[in-house]
Amino acid sequence: MTMPVTASQPTTAVIDVQDIWKSYGEGEQQVHALRGVSLRVDEGDFVAIMGASGSGKSTLMNMLGCLDVQTSGSYHLDGVDVASLPDSKLSVLRNRKIGFIFQAFNLIPRMSAQSNVELPMLYAAVSRDERRQRARAALKLVGLADRAKHTPAELSGGQQQRVAVARSLVNAPALILADEPTGNLDSKATTDVLDIFQKVNDAGRTVVIITHENDVAARARRVVRMFDGEIISDERVLPVVATGDVAS
Amino acid sequence: MNLLEIIKSALRGITSNKLRSALTLLGVLIGVGSVILLTGVGNGSKQAVADSISSLGTNTLTIRSSGGSGVQVRSQSLTMDVVDKLSDSENAPNIAEVVPQLSSSETVASSITSSTATIVGTTSNYFAVTNSTVALGTKFTDYDVKRDAKVVVIGATLAETLYSTTDVVGDSITIDSVVYTIDGVLAVKDSAGTSDPNNSVIMPISRMQQSISGYGSLSTIVIQATDSDSISSAQSEATSVLMEAFKVTDSSDLGFTITSQTDLLTTLSSTTSTLTAMLAAVASISLVVGGIGVTNIMLVTVTERTREIGIRKALGATRFAILGQFLIEATVLSLLGGLLGVAVAYALSFFTIFGVQPVILLSSVFLAVGVSVGIGVFFGSYPANRAAAMRPVDALRHD
Repeated sequence: MTMPVTASQPTTAVIDVQDIWKSYGEGEQQVHALRGVSLRVDEGDFVAIMGASGSGKSTLMNMLGCLDVQTSGSYHLDGVDVASLPDSKLSVLRNRKIGFIFQAFNLIPRMSAQSNVELPMLYAAVSRDERRQRARAALKLVGLADRAKHTPAELSGGQQQRVAVARSLVNAPALILADEPTGNLDSKATTDVLDIFQKVNDAGRTVVIITHENDVAARARRVVRMFDGEIISDERVLPVVATGDVAS
Repeated sequence: MNLLEIIKSALRGITSNKLRSALTLLGVLIGVGSVILLTGVGNGSKQAVADSISSLGTNTLTIRSSGGSGVQVRSQSLTMDVVDKLSDSENAPNIAEVVPQLSSSETVASSITSSTATIVGTTSNYFAVTNSTVALGTKFTDYDVKRDAKVVVIGATLAETLYSTTDVVGDSITIDSVVYTIDGVLAVKDSAGTSDPNNSVIMPISRMQQSISGYGSLSTIVIQATDSDSISSAQSEATSVLMEAFKVTDSSDLGFTITSQTDLLTTLSSTTSTLTAMLAAVASISLVVGGIGVTNIMLVTVTERTREIGIRKALGATRFAILGQFLIEATVLSLLGGLLGVAVAYALSFFTIFGVQPVILLSSVFLAVGVSVGIGVFFGSYPANRAAAMRPVDALRHD
């Protein structure tokens, strides 16, 4: 059995965006939030996407997270063409390929930390015992094993965000996508959360963070800057971590 | 996400706002409870009517002279001769008993007081055919009828009125200055007609003709069929016997009528059925209002939990999972309300309502609970659909 030799390509592209446009409104009132963005992120990379508000970075984040659909251009997530997928397939894609972390944590208020972490696995039809086990392991990874029974209201902001990080990891996604993850945190909690991101990335997981804070960007291997819906700079800081043994 | 998980998360949704859920439940509870209870009231009154009609005697037909009212101008007089012809088992094999009756209202006096009572002159088979049991003493016999004996059997109420006790066997009463000996007292019986059987005097027909009514025509003739299946045969036999006796050929102008207890039962039960249907219709309105309450609360819930829906969709919840969660939440709410409604209706059915002891119909229980669940699904599907169709990016932006 002969296979095409893939070793010549650097690594698998987790994100492959080609000339994406996102426009709102019609005719003269039309606003372009994204003006022909192209971006390729390889497996194991740690990318910070920076820009002021209105630069289009949140719109790009929604595209990358398959939460919104582009007006034109193509987007392949881990080799899958997103544009052709219906709503239900997009849900499954998000579930398997993406781990989300939001600025506002977005934990479900009535549920314990453990249940919140189990939620993505619930939609992935993982068995009850395995869900328990994996959620406990993820909570341990973020240092919250002793807070598993607490509801979000009983946790500090930093702890809530760490629960959200644990939740993003449990389905072993190809991409960790974080939207201003430290925007609501103090400096101590910011350091805790960024340490976890670094740990996760060192283990080979691809991480993309949307941020406007320089100290957050300083942790990344690559910094992409946006302005007025376009990428204005793309700077490699550190080489991509060697892949092959992605720990979950 | 399996069904059990969806149900669990739906239950969590319901318990997260207890007061609101309880009020919604109450709406459905009242709807289901009132449907079950009010149809129970309708059914109870129907059974009460049926019971009192069957206490008149089963398998019986009543022959009356049709008194020349309406289009029927002819009026035949019922005589003892007709009674003999009906009793002939060759003419009428399906007729088991023939009971001639004379009745009138007279003043009855005891040694203490007097009262007005219905006097019935009849034969000794009257007691068996009309389900009249003699509680104290004995009924009169064929021999008493033959010898025009001055003996009577009286109703319990009348005994109480005249003597302040039912223990009156051997005492005497006076009607139109003739003195009669009380042979027996009837057991208390439900009244199902115009006259109260507990306030009556039953005496041999021969004595009644001699002392009170004279030898004119009979008031009614009650006939009993051999069994309940042969009532219609008995009716046609009686009709032909009477037509021959009266030499009548025009069946539209007979001059007499034959009615069965079944006819009476049918008429009355159709009335009570209308009553039941009306009560059910009124109760259904409250069931629908309860359903609208479910929709209302689910709409509020969906709006309130828009962000949660966004989170769940971002984490990979499919349209189906979201739809299922809210639909099950609505269904569980209405099912719980329905079951509590059944419990409340059952508890209330032990009390008398509008003077009727409700008899709960099992079918109404299934119907009301089924309808309430159906309402949950139907009225819950609109809010659930709205939740499921939300785009995650919009839902997440909501606060």
